[in-house]
Amino acid sequence: MLAVARCVVHRDLLLALRRRSDVATALLFFVIVASLFPLGIGAEPNLLRAIAPGVIWVAALLSSMLSLGRLFAADHADGTLEQMLLGAAPLGVVVVAKGLAHWLVSGLPLVAIAPLIALQYDLAPGLYGVLALSLLLGTPVLSLIGAIGAALTLGLRGGGVLLALLVLPLYVPVLILGAGSVEMAAAGLAPDGQLLLLGALLVVAAAFAPWAIAAALRISME
Amino acid sequence: MLEAAELECERGARTLFRGVSLAVKAGDLLRVAGANGSGKTSLLRILCGLATPSAGEVRWKGQPIAGMKEEYARELVYIGHAPAVKDDLTPSENLAITCRLAGRPASAEALRAALAQLGVPELPVRKLSQGQRRRAALARLWVSDAPLWLLDEPYSALDADGMEALNGRIGSHAAAGGAVVYTTHQEVGIRSTQVVDLGAGA
Repeated sequence: MLAVARCVVHRDLLLALRRRSDVATALLFFVIVASLFPLGIGAEPNLLRAIAPGVIWVAALLSSMLSLGRLFAADHADGTLEQMLLGAAPLGVVVVAKGLAHWLVSGLPLVAIAPLIALQYDLAPGLYGVLALSLLLGTPVLSLIGAIGAALTLGLRGGGVLLALLVLPLYVPVLILGAGSVEMAAAGLAPDGQLLLLGALLVVAAAFAPWAIAAALRISME
Repeated sequence: MLEAAELECERGARTLFRGVSLAVKAGDLLRVAGANGSGKTSLLRILCGLATPSAGEVRWKGQPIAGMKEEYARELVYIGHAPAVKDDLTPSENLAITCRLAGRPASAEALRAALAQLGVPELPVRKLSQGQRRRAALARLWVSDAPLWLLDEPYSALDADGMEALNGRIGSHAAAGGAVVYTTHQEVGIRSTQVVDLGAGA
């Protein structure tokens, strides 16, 4: 079972490596969206500092959405998804592996880049740690919840827009907690509460999302 | 080994087929015949457990497959209409991954031998022709020891050499006590022990 999971993660990372442009697109999207706000609003340091956590988190949300469409669609089109459904390992294990690979190429780079973006907003350097930690806890939840939506909208016409409508409302708690933790820290309070809740969300999502994703895939593949 | 009783398949409002029963024993070669749109692919998808029939059930060694899931999946090789090879990987990478997913990992030498036998070059699949892609997908049969093969149009895009090689492999699988269920439109020069005809289609 673990061998199958490792194989799927390895496969998806290898595919991402061979199609680097796909990964770069989502990352550049994040950088550009987050950079548009200072340009549009103007260089008012206090205002920028105040909106930084929210804007960076919204940009992360949108960028994670962007790469979701491909999560199952490519495997669906060339028939490899059928082989995964007929695999020797439970489908839940396979989708966790796919979700992990998706996070490694779309979520983890955001965590690394976010402090650089925060620089544009003149966010206090002491807050970089909280921002990165909140993204580290939050982005895997985005991948897991997004995968449920991607599985449900698989093979539908106009699935991309439907996916956004379906998944973005579900991202709201992650957004509130993620941006909230940085705002708390900026106000000089301890962000522990928000971060712990984000951690709890991650645990709940990791426990239940795989079954939901597997069930949704089976329905979509009928 | 494989039995199906009174299968019925509906696609939307129309019924594709109804009352299809079959029994496949070790060594059997069952050909599913029928016109375009008669439900050959749907029948194969039901037999491998990807789709559920609207009526009837499929049993593997006497047990309904609905309750077996991975246990049944491990016993079969399903090669569908789409070849299930990734464009960005090489044939040997594809084959290694498919075998690993199926829970029957094969050694690198076995994979290379199977692909060499079919004459598949070691290039990214994107650069291969349709026939070579089909061969890359079929190479799985040369490294698999699963007893049941379900092959959807395995001969499509193959040349005479390829068809002959596939016939040989199917024959040796059946001789070793395996069972094959396949669909085809062409005359492929292999004698099937049974035929299920789905008729003219809906």
